[in-house]
Amino acid sequence: MDLRVTEAPASAVEREAVESVLGPPESGWSGGARTLLDGHVAIGGLARARDRRRLLLPVLHALQDRVGWISSGALGYLCERLDVAPAEVYGVASAYVLFRYEPGPPVVVHVCDDVACRAACGGDPTEPIAARFGPAGSALGRVDGRAAVTWRPSPCLGHCEHGSAALVQQAGERGGRATLAPFTADDLDHLVSLSAPERPGAPGGWDGSDDLGGLLDLGSLATPLALVPQVGAEDLGTAGGQGATAWVEEAGPRLLRRVGRVDPMSLDAYRAAGGYEPLRRAIELGPVGVIAELKDAKLLGRGGAAFPTGAKWEAVARNPLRPHYFVANADESEPGTFKDRVFLDHDPYALVEALTIAGITTGAEQGFIYVRGEYPLGASRLEHAAEEARARGLLGSDVMGSGLAFDLEIRRGAGAYIAGEETALFNSIEGRRPEPRNKPPFPVDRGLFDRPTGVNNVETLLAVLEVLRIGGLAYSAVGTPGSTGTRLFCLSGRVARPGLYEVPMGTTLGSLLSLAGGVADGRPLQAVLLGGAAGTLVGPEDLDLPLSFEGARSAGTTLGSGVVVVLDDTVDVAGLLSRVTRFFRDESCGQCVPCRVGTQRQEEVLGRLAAGRPLESVDAELALLADLDTVMRDASICGLGQTATSLVTSALRRGLVAGVPGDGSRAGGSGTEGEQEKKEDGA
Amino acid sequence: MTTVAPGAPGAPVTLRRQVELTIDGQAVTVPEGSTILEACRSVGTEVPTLCYLETLTPVNVCRVCVVEVEGSRTLVPACSRPVSGGMEVRTDSERVRTSRRMVLELLASSVDLSTAGGDVHRWIETYGARPERHGPPAPRAERDRALTGEHEPVRVGAASTVSQEVKRDNDQYVRDYSKCILCYKCVQACGEEAQDTFAIAVAGRGFDARISTEMDVPLPDSACVYCGNCIAVCPTGALMFVTEHDLRARGEWDEARQEVTRTICPYCGVGCNLDLHVQDDRIVKVTSPLDHDVTRGNLCVKGRFGFEFAQTFGSEE
Repeated sequence: MDLRVTEAPASAVEREAVESVLGPPESGWSGGARTLLDGHVAIGGLARARDRRRLLLPVLHALQDRVGWISSGALGYLCERLDVAPAEVYGVASAYVLFRYEPGPPVVVHVCDDVACRAACGGDPTEPIAARFGPAGSALGRVDGRAAVTWRPSPCLGHCEHGSAALVQQAGERGGRATLAPFTADDLDHLVSLSAPERPGAPGGWDGSDDLGGLLDLGSLATPLALVPQVGAEDLGTAGGQGATAWVEEAGPRLLRRVGRVDPMSLDAYRAAGGYEPLRRAIELGPVGVIAELKDAKLLGRGGAAFPTGAKWEAVARNPLRPHYFVANADESEPGTFKDRVFLDHDPYALVEALTIAGITTGAEQGFIYVRGEYPLGASRLEHAAEEARARGLLGSDVMGSGLAFDLEIRRGAGAYIAGEETALFNSIEGRRPEPRNKPPFPVDRGLFDRPTGVNNVETLLAVLEVLRIGGLAYSAVGTPGSTGTRLFCLSGRVARPGLYEVPMGTTLGSLLSLAGGVADGRPLQAVLLGGAAGTLVGPEDLDLPLSFEGARSAGTTLGSGVVVVLDDTVDVAGLLSRVTRFFRDESCGQCVPCRVGTQRQEEVLGRLAAGRPLESVDAELALLADLDTVMRDASICGLGQTATSLVTSALRRGLVAGVPGDGSRAGGSGTEGEQEKKEDGA
Repeated sequence: MTTVAPGAPGAPVTLRRQVELTIDGQAVTVPEGSTILEACRSVGTEVPTLCYLETLTPVNVCRVCVVEVEGSRTLVPACSRPVSGGMEVRTDSERVRTSRRMVLELLASSVDLSTAGGDVHRWIETYGARPERHGPPAPRAERDRALTGEHEPVRVGAASTVSQEVKRDNDQYVRDYSKCILCYKCVQACGEEAQDTFAIAVAGRGFDARISTEMDVPLPDSACVYCGNCIAVCPTGALMFVTEHDLRARGEWDEARQEVTRTICPYCGVGCNLDLHVQDDRIVKVTSPLDHDVTRGNLCVKGRFGFEFAQTFGSEE
């Protein structure tokens, strides 16, 4: 490839940002000053370019954090350094929400207006903000006529138990991201006053030039709490909880055991609480033994596909093609889901340990944890945990003295729901557009870097620790015969005690709701959104629904990522549906026709129905919705398109779409099988 | 059973195992590694395709070629899925017809297909696609500067389209992305599958996904080398010679009056075949046959656009 980049030079700050990831240029061939030697020695080649492209996302993050946007000069410099064409980099960057390619205010506040927060606050959470500060994109904190802050609505930020949240994204010397939850218009006011202090001589606002210092001290913003009512810990910002208040199982919490009780910043505390015993056990058992335990445990993947974990690990371990990789999918973005965040923030060593076990069992020496870009705290705590583990010989060339090598890299997403689809996630790590790949081949054969790859979501990996702690057979005794173990549920919306709950598989929806204190303020239950935006609506008559894979399947619904958004009689379901159709339209990668155009058309039909302006007749619109449902479920490439009609279809059946009578059938909705394909379509 | 696979003359002879499957109940035998599409074509079963081209790696994004395979939860793309022994394929079931009809309908309601090949219009009719039921086209919306992950509220009663201004920023070809079905072929041809130039890529996402240079800079500022290999693979006429575009704009484009003459490019020693499309004694377009075993339809800027000398030579103008 003959790389052609723009004439515009990168500024010193932009070069510095790129070099913070890549180091100084090696030669004139990759963006450095030309020397006489460069005329005689060429450094380049396809293999090197391929190897460096994986650094694209970290470099884009560094530029965004430091400069606030990707200018054409910066683009040119990073392309020279990585040997990637500018058009390709633009294609990648523009697939993510958190990168910008035009200058703007250095502080961008992304305010959640997604389903869980809507249900919790009884309307659009951004309405009061728009009323006070102007519409999205408004320039705030003007100093010298330049804006310091702006805000924009955001899909789910994964702090649903608080009922409102915002992600603060700042560019500059102190650039980075931080989350505030709960978040109100007063908080935005405070941020604006911090960002644009009226100090004489202070740099006010920003015009996209690159001499900006950080406005906010992101580290000083309050760490968001996590609500885990079962273990009684409300403030998990510090170590030590308040003691369990409501745990009902005699066995006690399993996955949640350490959350809120053990210092997430101390490896010693983690080990004192039983940490790294499972790894020791895994080394004793060896790969065959670990896989046998997983099979005894009958552990099924929690990512949606319910694929047997033991079989997946075995398929990777046995694949003769080398090297192998193992990926932890912590890109949780399903609206209403926050379970990964609780563990990343409050039990980070557990994920590092679990991925180490996965790596040494499947013969992977390199692992990746892909954390969604909206979880800055979790990502930094994981980094810290991994560094400590590395320093103590729990990662590296000789894991725990076993002679086995394993290390991991933490990769940050940048705001793309689709990157949670496992093959899109591989593309994202590789520095390509986060577009799902065609399957087959499956990841266990050809995954990351086209090599055999294991990929599990966070909850599945955490369950592996529990399997090794108590043994596969003992694990299989928990839950139901078809769905062993416990399951994490993210309760939010109009529920008395929102938070993350862990219950044995097969617990009924009713008991789960009782555990959380039932509907808030004792209001009547209208419906429960089960499984997130890609899930279904179930009604008050479904409270006896057993929350297990087989229970959900036979009721025509899905557990999905464990989302339980409680909707009381005051919640505007039509508003939720409209938000969900907008969500899928915004999050589709755009690769295949059924999803790219179908998500757009679905939003349009819902808009016409809500406005009472059907095109031909309501029946014609329903026929159109049915056709969209069919083509998107049957012909989309991945689980996003295959499930994007699921919620609307289930709402139609329940008569919850404005102006359309329901047929009164139970639960249901199609496409639940598709959901099972989405994140974790195993071997 | 093994047999000698057909190959290009002079290509090394390879032995490929044969695989048996059924297509719409009919037993079919094809070499291992064939795709379902190839198997269907071997027995004359028509499978519509849009994003597929013989000379490019299938990207299976348009989904108009989907077929039903026994045991598969969803429909599968015929263009990319290899056959396997005992596979039962149905190409004309209700499910297949519905999905094909909807794919065509979704495209026809959002994209200007007026210069797409005749097959597309025949399929729209055959499958009974009714693009008009999505409503009249909405006014043009900003696409090149669309904010990722955000969009304007839908205009009730109107169907959003990809309509936008024709991009005319050089003397060789125009880019009319109102006609783009996002088949990825131009990106493939510009990049690793032919030209290795990477001047364009897919940018944005969802309905706002589009083919773009970096930051949407005009082609002369991009890496484009004007080989025109993107034009050659475009199935809808979104990428078009300036000559053809202008003749069409004046209502003078008339393929019935055109003569196609095959010749050999005079510029270098490779010997690429050129098909000169001539209307009223003027060269209006240059293509190259896909089945040419050296160039597979690809040309360089000279072969594609360097024809002006042939029609000004000896003229008094």
